[in-house]
Amino acid sequence: MKRDLSIETKGLRRLFKGIPGKGDVVALDQVGLEVYDDEIFGLLGPNGAGKTTLIKILCTLLLPTQGEALIKGLDVVKQAPQIRRLINLVSGGETPGYGILSVKENLWFFSQLYGLSRDFAKDRIAKLVDQLELQDYLNTRMSKLSTGYKQRLNLARGFVNDPAVLFLDEPTLGLDVLSARHLRTLIQDWIKTGGKTVLLTTHYMAEADQLCDRVGIINRGKILACDTPQRLKTKVAGGATWKIEITPNLSRPESIKSVPGVVGVSETNNIETGVTTLKLVLEDESAMSDLLSRIRENGCKVLNMGKSEPTLEDVYISLVGTGFE
Amino acid sequence: MLPSPSFREDLTNNLRAAYARMWVRLRGANRDPTALAAEIGLPILTIGAYVILYRAIGLPATAGAAVIVGGAMIAFWTNVLWNMSSQWFWEREQGNLEMYLVAPVSRMSILLGMAMGGSLNTAIRALGIVLLGIFAFQVPFLVRDPFSVGIVFVLTLAALYTLGMLFASLFMLYGREAWNTANLLQEPVYFLSGAYFPAIYAPIVPFGLQVAGSLIPMTIGLDAIRRLVIDGASIMAIWPHIVALIACILILFPLARRTLNYMESLGKKEGRLTLRWQ
Repeated sequence: MKRDLSIETKGLRRLFKGIPGKGDVVALDQVGLEVYDDEIFGLLGPNGAGKTTLIKILCTLLLPTQGEALIKGLDVVKQAPQIRRLINLVSGGETPGYGILSVKENLWFFSQLYGLSRDFAKDRIAKLVDQLELQDYLNTRMSKLSTGYKQRLNLARGFVNDPAVLFLDEPTLGLDVLSARHLRTLIQDWIKTGGKTVLLTTHYMAEADQLCDRVGIINRGKILACDTPQRLKTKVAGGATWKIEITPNLSRPESIKSVPGVVGVSETNNIETGVTTLKLVLEDESAMSDLLSRIRENGCKVLNMGKSEPTLEDVYISLVGTGFE
Repeated sequence: MLPSPSFREDLTNNLRAAYARMWVRLRGANRDPTALAAEIGLPILTIGAYVILYRAIGLPATAGAAVIVGGAMIAFWTNVLWNMSSQWFWEREQGNLEMYLVAPVSRMSILLGMAMGGSLNTAIRALGIVLLGIFAFQVPFLVRDPFSVGIVFVLTLAALYTLGMLFASLFMLYGREAWNTANLLQEPVYFLSGAYFPAIYAPIVPFGLQVAGSLIPMTIGLDAIRRLVIDGASIMAIWPHIVALIACILILFPLARRTLNYMESLGKKEGRLTLRWQ
């Protein structure tokens, strides 16, 4: 069945002025994306990959340098006022609102920016407060809320106009595990109400894996791959993904990358224990003997090693050659 | 695709947004009673210093009355500077500007809400300053035409706050300079508007200063109000002031609107609207 397009970008490019003499910075480069109704789409990439720039363009906060971006068929440059009636944006780590106002007052205020009538706003706020378990804090000033509750309030604000397209920019940033899980459940329940779309950016691989129907992997302004998490993982399953713990900490990780047959590697150093964890994507297992020799040449010994099920991180490593840095 | 909203629906939505922003300002500013007491009590100290000085040099008691009116009116200028002109800077730092830009309402309605809230708040404080000033310094007032006082007062506020809207739009992309700019504009207007002089349009004040002061709506409005409430003048004596204030509003409001649209579009082009900590 053909589904309706909710978000579409064609050849989208965005440049920012760089340091004088260094030329422009390419934040987005020929980004083409299609996101459908009833879909949670994840944009996965490291800091500075272009995720937030893309969201800002789609939210009409930033103009593209080149290319086209459409929300429900409306052009973000020419039809911005119409688009704003359909969308909302929640940025993780941000706490828009007024600290001196209570949770209820802040939500009422934001509801008025979307023209909700008094009674409708009251009902909507009551429902959101219930869903986000904010009942006990209804009359608490925003400035007195914990980070987790501020983020819940922020999310309630994002839902206040029941948008057709919700943009979530790193929504679980700074949240504890339970709050993050609660938030993910809420997003999944909301999308089931029908006719909704979520575009979510994150650098948490597990979050993208669990939550998203499809994932786009973005790095240096380019979409490198776009598919369901399962299909993306299957693509790297043809190779071999390994997790190796070595000690002491690896001083020259680039020497591992240059081993023939290594598609990509990400290393995590634990300075306290002196253990480096390598996540490797290999073309095939024949690369393993050269790899182990190279580890020994680096003066390291292997503590633990094993094959692992491919994850989205492995997909990223196989595409970019490194993990998130 | 959603149909475009009708003019009426669009207007209602924008008025709701303006009302809500006004409500936030009123609620926020009056939630802390110590701030209210300080904002009424502290200006009285400056006013008191001038009243005592004018008495000491033998000026008539009406000079003290002029200073009390000046001190009350200058509160509006402070409000325009700190709560209008540099407001987009604060909103951006708090993460609110993005929310305003994503919402389907005109940014002018947000500025209108700020202006309404700010002027109502300051009116409460200005009234407090006048009453406290009269009580403390026993200065004479003579009001023969209260209706004209009301008209001039409203027109002065409208002109001042449209100037505030223009500044807010001009400084939309400002970073920390917004703070410095507000500082830079504060004292010169205190001086040029003649807030603490017995009268700005007097032979002792250099002509150049009078001309420079006349470019500020505060000077025009303040002079008119002083004539009405201290000299007991009628509307016939201050009609040029009324014309000048109306002209200010008619020029400043559309200018503020155009400037806001231009700065918003420039900000989106250059990516400066959502940058923080500049």
